[in-house]
Amino acid sequence: MTPPAVLVKHLQVSYGRQPVLRDLSIEVPEGAFFIIIGPNSSGKTTLLRAIAGAVKPQQGQVEIWGALVSHFSKKALARIVAVVPQRVATDIPFTVREVVLMGRSPHVGWMGLEQPRDLELAEEAMTFTNVAHLAQRPLPELSGGELQRVIIARAICQQPRLLLLDEPTAALDPAHQINLMDLMAQLQQERGLTVVMVSHDLNLAAMYGEQLLLLKEGKTVQSGRPADVLTYELLEQAYGCPVLLDTNPLGQVPRITLVPKRFLGPPFLIHEARRK
Amino acid sequence: MSWSSLSLGRRWLWVILVGGLLLTLSLALGMCLGSTPAGWRRNLAALLGRSEPRDILTTIIWRIRWPRALMAGLVGATLSLGGLVFQALLRNPLADPYILGVSGGSAVGAILGLLAGLAPFPGVALLAFLGSMGTLLLVLVITTGEPGGRKGSLLLSGVMVNAFCSAVIIFLVSITQDVRLHNMLYWLMGDLSMSSPDHVTLLIYLLAPCFLVILCLARPLNLLLMGEETALYLGLNVAVTSRVLLIVTSLMVSLAVGQSGLVGFVGLVVPHLFRLLLGPDHRLLIPACLLGGGSYLILCDLVSRVLSSQGEMPVGVITAMVGAPLFVLLLMRSR
Repeated sequence: MTPPAVLVKHLQVSYGRQPVLRDLSIEVPEGAFFIIIGPNSSGKTTLLRAIAGAVKPQQGQVEIWGALVSHFSKKALARIVAVVPQRVATDIPFTVREVVLMGRSPHVGWMGLEQPRDLELAEEAMTFTNVAHLAQRPLPELSGGELQRVIIARAICQQPRLLLLDEPTAALDPAHQINLMDLMAQLQQERGLTVVMVSHDLNLAAMYGEQLLLLKEGKTVQSGRPADVLTYELLEQAYGCPVLLDTNPLGQVPRITLVPKRFLGPPFLIHEARRK
Repeated sequence: MSWSSLSLGRRWLWVILVGGLLLTLSLALGMCLGSTPAGWRRNLAALLGRSEPRDILTTIIWRIRWPRALMAGLVGATLSLGGLVFQALLRNPLADPYILGVSGGSAVGAILGLLAGLAPFPGVALLAFLGSMGTLLLVLVITTGEPGGRKGSLLLSGVMVNAFCSAVIIFLVSITQDVRLHNMLYWLMGDLSMSSPDHVTLLIYLLAPCFLVILCLARPLNLLLMGEETALYLGLNVAVTSRVLLIVTSLMVSLAVGQSGLVGFVGLVVPHLFRLLLGPDHRLLIPACLLGGGSYLILCDLVSRVLSSQGEMPVGVITAMVGAPLFVLLLMRSR
């Protein structure tokens, strides 16, 4: 039996005195599409950074395929785990090809010279995320959607087994959002990548996530299949705002509708509506 | 065929070829021009060692101008490379090789040496080196154990240390009234007239390993430019790499400053110029700064020697007078 891709045991992380994650335990099976949801400052990004080895836990541990993250060298870890962070520096005029080739960094020797194989992998990654035509363009000239696809191409070029993404759809229009999510699903299904993503978009999470983790104040509210996590009670408990839930017309997944304040009073008494 | 569509290897070759040519030409010019004029035939003969024995020109060229041009080249290369590294490391385009208090510390050391009446070498140079190492150590101690805002506090403590040191310098200068004042001001403006073959050889042995370390860290420098977190995710041990770069760079800059005094603007202008020409890739910028920065200071030193027919003009005057307008021009063009 292969060990789980990610195993987090009793993880506790604090910034200063402020605890961000409290006694958190999760398990992500190999090849899963795992989405972390939860309100702002619930510790989603910190959890992602802990899995990527970027924050030191006060207590508990993170394992990747059975090996402790803290025991990896930075380079060895980067050969297995790739991260698409929320914010990236865009002010330096590296070309798209140069940025994607940076994904080869953990694989090239200490002189940092790329072999023809590295260039091939970069071209392939750029083709996969549909940015090959931008190869010569400098980074500051790209749009938000293009930039996100370039950073994902860099992550693919890294040839990871585990891909971590922090709100990759946050700055994208609907078409780009769906394209990106489809790309992730394709990576996961065709290449067997394990994808762990932080998202604020509950509907995307419902449609794409095989397993969801709902966090609040650094603790698990619920974890499991979308239908088990996305319920009124749990969502209201986590986010503190009322939501409407029904079934997505596309299939057997929940659909979440946010409710503006003017619909909360009569005659749209939401609590009444829910009881029916 | 545009520059950026060439393969990295091709671009690297171009940089080495053009930079090498530029450096060779600058060295040749620096050796042939000076206050003892001679026709190009005699110069060429002296350069190639074909002139008659005990020719006075040969002596001037090989005993005086050669070490001086070489020293200018070394100092120029070091300062340009230092500026390049600090600009990437601190992600601040205005960082210069002196940013961490290297200049202030070494100036205090050098001036104390001059006041004590020490010889320019090794006395003054050694004190200047110790001074800059002392300030560097101080800055590192102040900023240790501060993972988050390290860059900001590095910059700030560097600025503070430099400010304190310049107050000390002005204090020392204002209580000095004899001939030593002249030497002090020269040192503060950058002065290559003390170069001798022995110093140059020593400096080459000390600087070469520093250059080599930084050359090997070209790719990590590119990653650091993308932000520390991204660099970490791409497999770079950011904490160790930044420390190594910080210490090696400060070491080589203070070695150079101990020999040459404070030569300004080279470390600011040269890296920016090459960034505009070649793009942000440090695998090209490092060799370009070494060759181009060396050439720049050799030529500036040449100008300062030719312009002042009587006595000498500190080379720092020329680097700043050429460098400051050039920098403003670049800044305006890059907008």
